[in-house]
Amino acid sequence: MSTESIQFHRDADRLAHDLRHRKLIQKALGGYYAKRDEQKAKYTDWQMARAAAAAAKFEAVNHLDKYLVELTDKLAGRGTKVFWAADGAEAADYISSVAKAAGVKRIIKSKTMTGEEIHLGQALGKAGFDVVESDLGEFIVQLREEPPYHIVFPSMHLTRGEISDTFEKKLGSAPADTPEALTMIARNVMRKKYCEADMGISGANFAVAETGHISITENEGNARLSTTLPRLLVSIVGIEKVVPKLDDLAFLLPMLATSGAAQNMTCYNTLLGGPRQPGESDGPEEFHVVLLDNRRTALLADAEQRDALHCIRCGACLNVCPIFKNIGGHSYGTTYQGPIGSVITPHLRGLQAWKHLSFSSSLCGACSETCPVKIDLHHHLLQNRRNAIAQKPVWWEKPIFGGFAWLMRRPALYRLAAPLLRIGAPVLHAIRGKIFDPARMWTGTRDLPPAPAQSFKEYWRSRHAKR
Amino acid sequence: MSGMSCNGNGGKQTCDFRVKISLFIPCFIDQYYPGAGIGMVKILERLGHEVEYPESQTCCGQPAFNSGYWDEARAVAETMLDAFRDADVVVGVSGSCGAMQKVFYPELFHGHAREPEAVALAGKTHEFTSFLVNVLGVGDLGASFPAKATFHDGCHGLRELGIKREPRELLKHVRGLELVEMAEAETCCGFGGTFSVKFPEISTAMGEVKCASILETGAGLVISNDSSCLMQIQGLFDRQGNKIRSMHTAEVLANF
Amino acid sequence: MPNDSREKILRRIREALSVEAPPRHLAHGGLPAGEHAPAEWLPPVPPSLDGLVSLFEKNSADLKTEVRRCADAAAVGSELAALAREHGWRSVASHRFDLGNPAVQALGLPVVDTGDSYETAALERCDAGISGCDCLVAQTGGIMVTAASAGGRALSVLPPHHVVIASKSQLVGDLADAFAHLRNAHKEIPAFVSFITGPSRTGDIERILVLGAHGPKKLTVLLADDPELISG
Repeated sequence: MSTESIQFHRDADRLAHDLRHRKLIQKALGGYYAKRDEQKAKYTDWQMARAAAAAAKFEAVNHLDKYLVELTDKLAGRGTKVFWAADGAEAADYISSVAKAAGVKRIIKSKTMTGEEIHLGQALGKAGFDVVESDLGEFIVQLREEPPYHIVFPSMHLTRGEISDTFEKKLGSAPADTPEALTMIARNVMRKKYCEADMGISGANFAVAETGHISITENEGNARLSTTLPRLLVSIVGIEKVVPKLDDLAFLLPMLATSGAAQNMTCYNTLLGGPRQPGESDGPEEFHVVLLDNRRTALLADAEQRDALHCIRCGACLNVCPIFKNIGGHSYGTTYQGPIGSVITPHLRGLQAWKHLSFSSSLCGACSETCPVKIDLHHHLLQNRRNAIAQKPVWWEKPIFGGFAWLMRRPALYRLAAPLLRIGAPVLHAIRGKIFDPARMWTGTRDLPPAPAQSFKEYWRSRHAKR
Repeated sequence: MSGMSCNGNGGKQTCDFRVKISLFIPCFIDQYYPGAGIGMVKILERLGHEVEYPESQTCCGQPAFNSGYWDEARAVAETMLDAFRDADVVVGVSGSCGAMQKVFYPELFHGHAREPEAVALAGKTHEFTSFLVNVLGVGDLGASFPAKATFHDGCHGLRELGIKREPRELLKHVRGLELVEMAEAETCCGFGGTFSVKFPEISTAMGEVKCASILETGAGLVISNDSSCLMQIQGLFDRQGNKIRSMHTAEVLANF
Repeated sequence: MPNDSREKILRRIREALSVEAPPRHLAHGGLPAGEHAPAEWLPPVPPSLDGLVSLFEKNSADLKTEVRRCADAAAVGSELAALAREHGWRSVASHRFDLGNPAVQALGLPVVDTGDSYETAALERCDAGISGCDCLVAQTGGIMVTAASAGGRALSVLPPHHVVIASKSQLVGDLADAFAHLRNAHKEIPAFVSFITGPSRTGDIERILVLGAHGPKKLTVLLADDPELISG
């Protein structure tokens, strides 16, 4: 087992028993399902919309070189500087050097999971810049020095009391006991920061090749402000964010809102195609778009799982995943949680180290069913398992499954299992739950069914004997 | 089989056509829950069909498949290809194993010599309630079972095979049976095959959520197309000291 | 960019794409053959202008966007003055646009003009930002703005109250219609376009909705009926 796997087992098991956490997440997501279904019902045909969204992303990802070049050219045509970064270090170095060259001291960030993936905030902090997260949830977890809990709702796991404590400790604010009051505290802190920041950093939800725009979806307005007020703007964009046409956003934007937040449309959906243009009275003087690979091309090369790059990071798969809801986002120990995280992390960070995320699933398929771009998520988990075992079978599992196959190919021997189980049942019952109980992984928390008087095979034989 | 029908006949339905049905009895049904298989036999024979059971079948291979050991899974799955080679129609009492044969066998055998047989078997495999409703066209089997019950949708049957309406169609005709829906009917019970013993804590947490939802309905009985799910649910209820019972759909429907 | 990894990444992409991906999304039903507009599957939009107005008003109500109908220019003026009184505005920000200018001037308040260069600090102190818009989107209950139609990029998001003065004839059905308008109204698609759908909000604390996270806490649309109020 990798160290990541050991950490996962430890955290997941602890949280699985944590009833307070279980109730909190159930409550937090309680309203989501009904509202989401209400929104979906408004669509003339939600399933067709999914097919259209999947087709648009399939086209984009399978002609990625063409669309990235088109995007770059169109952006550059308006004075945007486009930097192609092979990995996180290249991206962070570039952004650092841009900031340094411009005499930047204070940086304000809006929510970017791609930035989180490459630990951009920490890298810039180490390089001496003052970096603040403007998204409320990200701001809260930044103060608490925790990673985000969920790719869309970073502070979903916290109560208002915990957030008030954090604000009191780190901001010196007075205690507050309503979400409204706590939000106002953050709003007031942030207003100063927007006006004072030298550089804004954002991510992007989409990048439109046809017109040369990045598209940012949000509710709070912090991305609007972070990308407008500071004199420099850097947007970090995973290469897979490309969509071919502007009109693709006509359904992708509402679908992202519906799946991600059970909303008709989020509050602000903004297209940015360049720095302040001639005739504009405000906006950043410099606009840099960093296109990030960071092993997305490795996932692209796996043709079977390539559709995982269609992901629009809506978080819907997390919201419906029973494993996520019981173990929480932090247990995953990596940037991308839930089903999509379990699928792509082995590609981005190593199969053997991260295969456990693909195994820790009952393959219920709720994720694939809900995904607005029809990624075959739960089947990819199966494929990750197959690939991991093909690369490196688990030394004690291989003989067991070998034995299983050997036995199952011999029906006569297999038929002995039933009487053996009946004989062995009282013994198994006596040692139930003890260290030498072979079934203790089950019997630790659950009873086993009693062995029936006869197996089906025995019933069939006896009925034919009667005839 | 279009144009033919199975008609009600004073509470006892018979079909005016006859099908030779090859029974697919998954390994744990054989070992732990033979009642589900026996119920299926009773119902199909009462409808007037011929059932046969290829005795060489053992397991569909799903445990090895889900664990990533596809070569071993294929070796086991080949016994199913052999067992059902001459079958017209294969009907099984498990959404999970039905999905394995119907959805995953073509993938498992992709690029292998026996792929055409796997595809053929997938094409002629049916889950039991789906077969009754969608192929035979029956609704009222003349069963009676007085109880307040709730239905658990096993994930493979629900999402791989699209089965939701069929068991409810059949159960609504069962005299005396009051079926109430639980809030978490479609939420995974946490069994997931080897997942239940590889990640027992997570599996148990998921099972507890399921059991809580069942308890909320006030039902005394939980019914499902998947005995594997019921093993998880009943195992937890038994450990909790709860008197709620569980039965396979076929067992309820065979009560006539 | 001369020193970046563009060629390396493009090479990796082309190599990866040399193997075709199976169209998995078509496995359980793809799109029917032929060209399809997104409008086919999105929530339906009424064909008439009155229908669009009703849908826009209904969606706005759900979003807590305040919509005040104004029969003519005079009504716009009096509604804007009423807002100023109700909320105790001491200074406002705006830009030059025909629908709004008479009404904004008539307020008699200090006005920060964001159409030309301005001080961010001055805008930050304004109680309200009053702007025009490119169009109103009935399907979402939202407003589409560009820098030209809304006095720059910050006016519609920094002050705590955003007021949009628009005409009924600026209503379009859905986002596809809004994009079509964008193409027609502007020589090139502008560098800044934003869809504003309600006042700013967050659910980050216990998933409970709070209005006015960082953007405006209040969004008001003064919707004028008189088509003659519109100019270019």
